[in-house]
Amino acid sequence: MTLTLAHFLTLGAILFALAVVGIFLNRKNLIVLLMAIELMLLAVNMNFVAFSHYLGDMHGQVFVFFIMTVAAAEAAIGLAILVLLFRNKSSINVDELNSLKG
Amino acid sequence: MDVQTGFFYLFSIVLLFAAFRVVTSRNPVHAVLFLMLAFSQASGIWLLLKAEFLAIVLVLVYLGAVMVLFLFVVMMLDINIDGLRQGFWKHFPIALAVGALISLEMAVVLFGGFRESRAPVIPETVLSAAGEMVQYSNTKALGTLLYTEYLYPLEIAAVILLVAMIAAIALTLRSRKDSKAINPALQVRVRASDRLTMVSLAPTREAPAPAEAPADEETTK
Repeated sequence: MTLTLAHFLTLGAILFALAVVGIFLNRKNLIVLLMAIELMLLAVNMNFVAFSHYLGDMHGQVFVFFIMTVAAAEAAIGLAILVLLFRNKSSINVDELNSLKG
Repeated sequence: MDVQTGFFYLFSIVLLFAAFRVVTSRNPVHAVLFLMLAFSQASGIWLLLKAEFLAIVLVLVYLGAVMVLFLFVVMMLDINIDGLRQGFWKHFPIALAVGALISLEMAVVLFGGFRESRAPVIPETVLSAAGEMVQYSNTKALGTLLYTEYLYPLEIAAVILLVAMIAAIALTLRSRKDSKAINPALQVRVRASDRLTMVSLAPTREAPAPAEAPADEETTK
């Protein structure tokens, strides 16, 4: 049984589903939510790299490069906001983030 | 089953196990460490897909920078885990069902449509710009593409990183109000007149009889 494109795409899909499960389960824990988003981005990148390999197109890998850039920026700003939040509320419980309640 | 397939299954199983532990582990520090394991396995899978540069970038940027940032933040915060895990096991069955449904459907669809097993053969040697035959390099191919066709997006990506850096610093920078630290420059620059002010007070009423003690002529602040 040789590896097909479907193997890699399914791996990415399972990874994405696991991240969705993580968001379901840890709806109160902001840190694990951020980590689940990182896992989702990894799953997407996996699909891009797999397609890039099996279609022989380098542009997919360039796109992964840009996704990584944005993911790094997102992680940095997300963690900065998290630190700020913890400083003000002494908690990272998502349920307590209701000061913008309209 | 060749070596590549074996490695694919090894990396996949460890990757999925690590991802599962990320979302279920009790301790956030363990979660970050499992996320690092997951990224390292993903890097191995990308090596199987002959994306060498991205695999190394994943290790250097993600494991080396982003995950360490996560680790720092998680260790810095004093988190009450029990309150955050309220309703965890209540939602576990339905979350697992939804996740299994997504995976199963995607697997059926993908294995139905993407049976492609032969990747286009990458030539051992390619013609360089100077007209010589050079060995194919994934990094070189990616770099050529990035700095020609994608030069403008690359600059935008650089600006995004700069904005992210400035935003992160601006958000977290603060001067503590309860700090009693002194400012040495102000201390050196101080003069006697800043500390002691001579005030000549005009008498508000007539001076009392000379037999009593004289009133203070100077007041210190």
